[in-house]
Amino acid sequence: MSTTLLDSPAPPRQEIRQPSRKPFLPWLLLSATMVILGVMTGYPVLRLFVMSFQEYERAQLMGLPAEWVGFDNYATVLTDVEGFWTVLARSFALMVVLVVITIVLGMLVALLMIRIGKGMRLLVSVGLLLAWAMPSLSATTVWGWVFDTQYGVVNNVLTAITGDRWFGYSWLINPLSFYLILTCIVVWGAVPFVAFTLYAGLTQIPEEVMEAAQLDGASAFQRFRLIQVPYVRSIITVLVILSMIWDLKLFTQVFVLQDIGGDRELTNTIGVYIYQTGMAQGHYGLASAIGVIFVVVMLAISYPYVRRTLREEEL
Amino acid sequence: MIKIRKRLADTGFGVLALIVFAFSAFPVYWMVNTSFLPNNRIRGEALAFFPTPDVFTLNNYRSAMFGQERAPFPPAVLNSISVTFLTLVIALVVGFVASLALTRFQFKGRRTFIVLILVVQMIPGEAMIVSMFRIIDGWQLLNTIIGLTLVYTAGVLPFTIWTLRGFVNGVPKELEEAAMIDGCSRAGAFWRVTFPLLAPGLVATGVFAFIQAWNEFVTALVIMQRPEAMTLPLWLRTFLQATQATNWGAVMAASVLIAIPAVVFFLIVQGRMTGGLVSGAVKG
Repeated sequence: MSTTLLDSPAPPRQEIRQPSRKPFLPWLLLSATMVILGVMTGYPVLRLFVMSFQEYERAQLMGLPAEWVGFDNYATVLTDVEGFWTVLARSFALMVVLVVITIVLGMLVALLMIRIGKGMRLLVSVGLLLAWAMPSLSATTVWGWVFDTQYGVVNNVLTAITGDRWFGYSWLINPLSFYLILTCIVVWGAVPFVAFTLYAGLTQIPEEVMEAAQLDGASAFQRFRLIQVPYVRSIITVLVILSMIWDLKLFTQVFVLQDIGGDRELTNTIGVYIYQTGMAQGHYGLASAIGVIFVVVMLAISYPYVRRTLREEEL
Repeated sequence: MIKIRKRLADTGFGVLALIVFAFSAFPVYWMVNTSFLPNNRIRGEALAFFPTPDVFTLNNYRSAMFGQERAPFPPAVLNSISVTFLTLVIALVVGFVASLALTRFQFKGRRTFIVLILVVQMIPGEAMIVSMFRIIDGWQLLNTIIGLTLVYTAGVLPFTIWTLRGFVNGVPKELEEAAMIDGCSRAGAFWRVTFPLLAPGLVATGVFAFIQAWNEFVTALVIMQRPEAMTLPLWLRTFLQATQATNWGAVMAASVLIAIPAVVFFLIVQGRMTGGLVSGAVKG
């Protein structure tokens, strides 16, 4: 503001710019937030931490005092008695697959949207928006129906194409095809956000840069690798981290697919595993220990995102 | 020659675009289609791709809403609407006030607070279900609207503050200061000048909070276990658990009912979804 031509001495403004003479006012405005987050986020985190060092089973729920057991819960979890490592490895493997497919497909769709005409782009956008807007629970039930054992459209079409009878083929009972369908559901719901974001980023690349490269004889792939990717690199980074976070937290899709007909033991991801251990089997202490580990993992993964966001906000 | 090649490429990309469209829209189309078909067509070996007038039926919706074999629909709608509405209002009011403090004031601890708001969003709710259940149980608030609203409010509040902070920052302080020079009080300047400019931001943020609360599944699963306390997502789940063969027509009708508000509201604000991530993120 000080560079405006009409920058006459402006004492009133200076007066306003002074730090408020009521230093308690911002804290007053923040008080409700602090109470809510303190009671409903801070306290539960603390409680989770405490419970992870206690023997906490159904009996404790009924009022029996919880005994301190030190690191026993963690020892039980980490020594694989309850299959924790299997679940963790499965969650991470699934996350890697989902993130890679989501980002690659999202990038391809974004590139396609740049290449096609306005009408076609509108059509693609409408389809993507529909997929994006669908609540994950509705999406999961619909995909469950599409792959239904008896009357699903997939088995029906496969029967028509191959000539074999696919009616009665269960996709969910076999863990591998369970993951296939899970991948379909998650990727289907996640690609739109990635595609739209990358598309928005790619359209900001100056036209001249791409033209100049083309005149210099760069092939389409070279232009992609040497110009488009570097331009949107920071967007890709954020998308990858966000996708990692979302795909590790996967709950609804796994849980509901298991309801429809999967083998829970063989398909649990970490969120569902916490639910099964804690809520279904009543090992609240063990589930808390897994929960604490899960929180730590998630915070570690999101650390670069948090740091980057703070830097960008220039705080 | 080049022209022909370009024509061919255009056609190829057009076909690809159609495939992308078909793949993304098909499940939605199939859900709506099935929800209007009678059971004999749903279970027939010949696929019915359109609910033609001779087979069109609303029976699935009737069965979903008034069927006796599952958790009742009316209380589920009422619960979902109450929880979502309460969460939305509380989060908006509290979040708005907080975002003012973080944008319009300079004070010690401001930066720490902002960092905290960001970090809190990274704590997975799935990890906390056990302690959340214990706490809500201890307060005797299991199966109550208040209990679930409390959890949801805390869940959407950090995001609400973060988004609103961006919107408030977007309105230049100088506008307020000009009004103050013209004799407005600080509160008056804010109320008459800045607040009207923030209306679209409040709507967008509110819609996000709405969608999150409306679709939430895992916390509700833990806290609202009684049939009459269920929210819509839990109610839909009871369809899939039934011991007898799944009535897919009714399930799809139920899915449509749940998806409609979420989809409609989402389409209203979708333009704002990607903007924040892209602005300033492209190296120029």
